Amino acid sequence: MKSDKQLIDETGIRSDGRKPDELRNVIIKAGVLHRADGSCYLEWGGNKVIAAVYGPREAIPRHSQNSLRAIVNARYNMAAFSVDDRKRPGPDRRSREISKVISEALEKVILTDYYPRAAIDVNIEVLNAEAGTRCAGLTAAGVALADAGIPLKDIPVACAAGKIGATEEDGTFTGGHVVLDLGKEEDNFGNADLPIAIAPRTNEILLLQMDGHLSSDEFERALDYAIKGCHDISKLQKEALLKKYNVSEGDE
Amino acid sequence: MTISPVIKKDYLNQLASDGKRADGRKMNEYRPIVIETDIIGKAEGSARVTIGNTQVVAGIKMAIGTPYPDTPNQGVMSTAAELIPLASPDFEAGPPRENAIEISRVVDRGIRESDVIKFDELCIIPGEKIWLCFIDIHIIDYDGNLFDASSLAALAALLTTKVPIEQHRESLEPLIEKFPDIQTYLDTHQNDYPLPVREPPISCTFAKFNNTIVVDPALDEEEIADVRLTVATDEKGDIRAMQKGLNGSFSVEEIKNIIKEAVINGKELRIKLKESIGR
Amino acid sequence: MSQSEREIVIPSQYLGECDQFKSGRGTFIENGKIYSQIIGILQRNEKYLNVISLKGKYDAVTGDTVIGIIDAAMSSSWLVNINAPYPALLHVNEVPWRVEFNETDKYLNSGDTIMTVVSSVDMEKKLQVSMKDRNLFKIKGGTIIDVEPSKIPRIIGKKGSMIQLLKKYTQCRIFVGKNGRIWIDGKQDMIGKAIQAIKLIEKESISFGLTDKIEDFLKHNSDLKEV
Repeated sequence: MKSDKQLIDETGIRSDGRKPDELRNVIIKAGVLHRADGSCYLEWGGNKVIAAVYGPREAIPRHSQNSLRAIVNARYNMAAFSVDDRKRPGPDRRSREISKVISEALEKVILTDYYPRAAIDVNIEVLNAEAGTRCAGLTAAGVALADAGIPLKDIPVACAAGKIGATEEDGTFTGGHVVLDLGKEEDNFGNADLPIAIAPRTNEILLLQMDGHLSSDEFERALDYAIKGCHDISKLQKEALLKKYNVSEGDE
Repeated sequence: MTISPVIKKDYLNQLASDGKRADGRKMNEYRPIVIETDIIGKAEGSARVTIGNTQVVAGIKMAIGTPYPDTPNQGVMSTAAELIPLASPDFEAGPPRENAIEISRVVDRGIRESDVIKFDELCIIPGEKIWLCFIDIHIIDYDGNLFDASSLAALAALLTTKVPIEQHRESLEPLIEKFPDIQTYLDTHQNDYPLPVREPPISCTFAKFNNTIVVDPALDEEEIADVRLTVATDEKGDIRAMQKGLNGSFSVEEIKNIIKEAVINGKELRIKLKESIGR
Repeated sequence: MSQSEREIVIPSQYLGECDQFKSGRGTFIENGKIYSQIIGILQRNEKYLNVISLKGKYDAVTGDTVIGIIDAAMSSSWLVNINAPYPALLHVNEVPWRVEFNETDKYLNSGDTIMTVVSSVDMEKKLQVSMKDRNLFKIKGGTIIDVEPSKIPRIIGKKGSMIQLLKKYTQCRIFVGKNGRIWIDGKQDMIGKAIQAIKLIEKESISFGLTDKIEDFLKHNSDLKEV
């Protein structure tokens, strides 16, 4: 991932019109499916994802059970029509890896010792993909878990920051400008991507991946941006959960 | 597998023998249907259909490929349905099982055998380059009658599909030298254009339990159904595809009645479908 | 109840200090602070902070009367679905009949519905149920519906006021299992009416003046659409 494509101009405006620390538009709805125990629909820029939680329920097969706590199985899946070139249905190496790191991130905030021998299944479906689907998926999963009534120490939330080619104010081109929440073009032609997930109450890092090239300074700035982005998204998650129950509240 | 209680089944059967359904519907009444199109930016056509609580998303992707040797002048379609574990506690991850395969085959047949897609217009260079059309059906929320929801979603998506020539122009241009006809195709197709389609047949699914026949069975009705019949009818009221399912049976008389109802319901669904795609 | 007692809280929400309150149901403590662990309604009483869950699986408690559905009959016991994360075990010694080895399916079979009581919940959340009480039996007739287990107290009402209302106006037999299952038996149209009323209670469970609203519904809603 290296490119000298200019994705941000000298006034600090990105190719999609955003400022460096500006998120794409995010819409979150809690409780959108009737069959699942908890669910969430989330739009993040052009991303559209649905997360559904089933459980806790007895883990099957039996040998997968942990007698002390629940196991968490996240399953990240992309619809065949969610990407430019049709994706063959079913899991590939990429989706398996993402499923694994998301499972591990979620497990940290779920009070799993309440449910020995059980499994909590988190299904994340990407219906439309446009840079940052793992962050969108994990964020939706956080809302779906809370909507399912699963005990949590925190509602996990994810966001990415990255580095894109830029022309500085003095007109010189530099390989990198740290920005929040890479969009489609930035993801394709940017110079680094740093998706993270955090527990927003404590700022603990639950998921962290990075590819590209960042100096230590750039990393710290990117991390600051991503954490700040997480906190902004976290507010939307909480609003979505409260909104679901406000409908019948106080209508008398 | 979630086991539903016998007394609940008995209750539904009892209601049925009095001509009633648990959700208050008439025997020949569908649940509320909502069809939305153009919901997936990455797809060439897409639709979300809800029938009651059942929710299905269909997306169409198109690509340029090689025709089959026996149909050198025709485009190719393929249909896949996935019962993803998002939709039901009883759906498992993994390759499609026979239920998903049956749904995709029935939807496929309803479209293919009625030539809904004008396959001959999807030919770019005979024997060399044609359009491939992939229909992918995603079951999002399962409360019965996946046949009709899937078929409606696939049709709404197809009828709003744009052939993505702008995106594929670059891949065709280098072939002009070898196949000069491509130039003509590119000249006449400057922009993305609507997928050439014909009036589609509309599927209606019926289930029988306790000798009562209902249209659009909800999940609790499907669970007690002995037998199921899907009938696709065209705008003239002719029958274009059928599929009987489950291990019960119908009398000839029952099938004749179902066909009559399928024509009536099909008309209403056709109006809904057309409204949703703005035609 | 006052308005403040209906405050909805979400997981990780700060509720109070440990030196002022005790951490009750649905909460956890971290660094001397009490937080909610679930989405629910905050209940503050003098000592405790509780969060009453709005959603989730049935959390089995010994002594609860629940409605179970037989999953499978085994040689000397049955597996019973009680809407908890785990199936419960019903041993042949815990039923009111004398059951010979391998004859369990003569008494209860997959899909049968029973009134039963949670007799034990161990450390690993292994559940056992019993039918050894005269009030426990195999259910025949009527139908059952599922509601959120957390809504059961609202459906019963204060001192059973809501459930009495339902019985009075529908003339149905109604048994409410703590696990969110409700058995209703009576005249067919009255079963339908009771189901509608229960669904209404479930939907509006956090609104005020619900009892009056439901009585209104039961009184005036004689022109129900079909069932």
